[in-house]
Amino acid sequence: MQRNTDIELRLLIEAIYLKYSYDFRDYSGASIKRRVNHALRQFDCNTISALQERILHDPSAFMQLLQFLTIPVSEMFRDPEHFLAIRQEVVPILKTYPSLKIWIAGCSTGEEVYSMAILLREEGLLDRTIIYATDINPRSLEKAKQGIFSLENIRAYTHNYQKAGGQRSFADYYTAAYDYAIFDKSLRENVTFADHSLATDSVFSETNLISCRNVLIYFNKDLQNRAFGLFHESLCHRGFLMLGSKETLDFSDYSKQFTPVLKQERIYRKL
Amino acid sequence: MTDRDSQMAGLRPVKAVVIGASAGGVEALLTIFAGLKPGYRLPIIVVLHLPDERRSQLAEVFARRVALPVREAQDKQPIVPGTLYFAAPGYHVSVEHDLSLSLSQEEPVHYSRPAIDYLFESAADVYQQRLAAILLTGANQDGARGLSQVKQSGGLTIIQDPDEAQVATMPRAALELFQPDCILPLSGIGRLLVELEHIECY
Repeated sequence: MQRNTDIELRLLIEAIYLKYSYDFRDYSGASIKRRVNHALRQFDCNTISALQERILHDPSAFMQLLQFLTIPVSEMFRDPEHFLAIRQEVVPILKTYPSLKIWIAGCSTGEEVYSMAILLREEGLLDRTIIYATDINPRSLEKAKQGIFSLENIRAYTHNYQKAGGQRSFADYYTAAYDYAIFDKSLRENVTFADHSLATDSVFSETNLISCRNVLIYFNKDLQNRAFGLFHESLCHRGFLMLGSKETLDFSDYSKQFTPVLKQERIYRKL
Repeated sequence: MTDRDSQMAGLRPVKAVVIGASAGGVEALLTIFAGLKPGYRLPIIVVLHLPDERRSQLAEVFARRVALPVREAQDKQPIVPGTLYFAAPGYHVSVEHDLSLSLSQEEPVHYSRPAIDYLFESAADVYQQRLAAILLTGANQDGARGLSQVKQSGGLTIIQDPDEAQVATMPRAALELFQPDCILPLSGIGRLLVELEHIECY
């Protein structure tokens, strides 16, 4: 016999899918359960069923819940050694291409996007690059578009930037105003921010490089396989795939269709 | 009846062991793992708080000194019996219903990521009464709530004797919430791990 909370959780996720087309059905079970329980307290609901009723009848409540179901945790130049490896091992190959298309899948509030744009500018590649930055959370995308980040994080980002092989002063890229750092808008001139779901949408462009870091950890194996399938379809021959530092293709159906370039840094190429 | 027999009498078979430790944890873990022999069959999953270093050497340190294969937890890694897993720094680790591990970067709990509570709660949900959870020395409250969830799900709950723990805050926090099944010194916990394997049935 299934436990009530398990039944209610499944019904909630089904209701969200039917009503709002957001598909959390193949997200990692442990994490989604924890986040829904956390949301219960914030929504002051005693049961998941009560929460379901709220969000079914009130789209703004759903938008609030969506903020609990997605994890906007990011930083600029997160895992600096990853970006250093891109600079040293990947950029020389990218420089041989006349133009570049890069997909940052699950870009959240944009930290990965600006990091990549800064790196490409310093390597003289940004002008011939189109970056597609996609996410399912419209509020995160809106923040990403604005490129305004809290000043209290900038010290850590600066440290990361330097460790990642940054060539200038990090302060060259933003203007400080009150408690915020407003990033140079020329960094996003060639960036298209778009709503895209790895769970329900299909490939929209051929790409040379895809960065999808710390997004797949929230998916179960089936959904990870779907995402890897999209990446495989989108990437050109020998295109690059970048994952988060504890994510791996090893346990997926696509392990044989990519080869690690730098396994430790989670940089792969399509075979 | 010896003290040991009375401690072991209520044991029931489990499918996995989860362990949480913080300050003083490395030494404590090495002590309780010292008696494990090659071929030990239960999987053991550990959250040990460490200063936020990106590349932990934990798995390597333990691999040299423990008879089991030791791994740092990777996302979607299947849980293999007889393997010792350590949570990676900066990521929560959870057990999934298909008996694989999932990582997450949700907010830290009690300033900790990985959090013991996350591991214990998810493992309790999956293994229910077929789980043993052990909370060792530590200087914060992480793990107490997770351990009480293990208890509620019918699992076996063990804390290190606070009088012996290098830092007693963590086991005491659990005691304030509920009465665990066993309160043991490290030597007793080491013997318990061996005993749990003897009675487990796959």
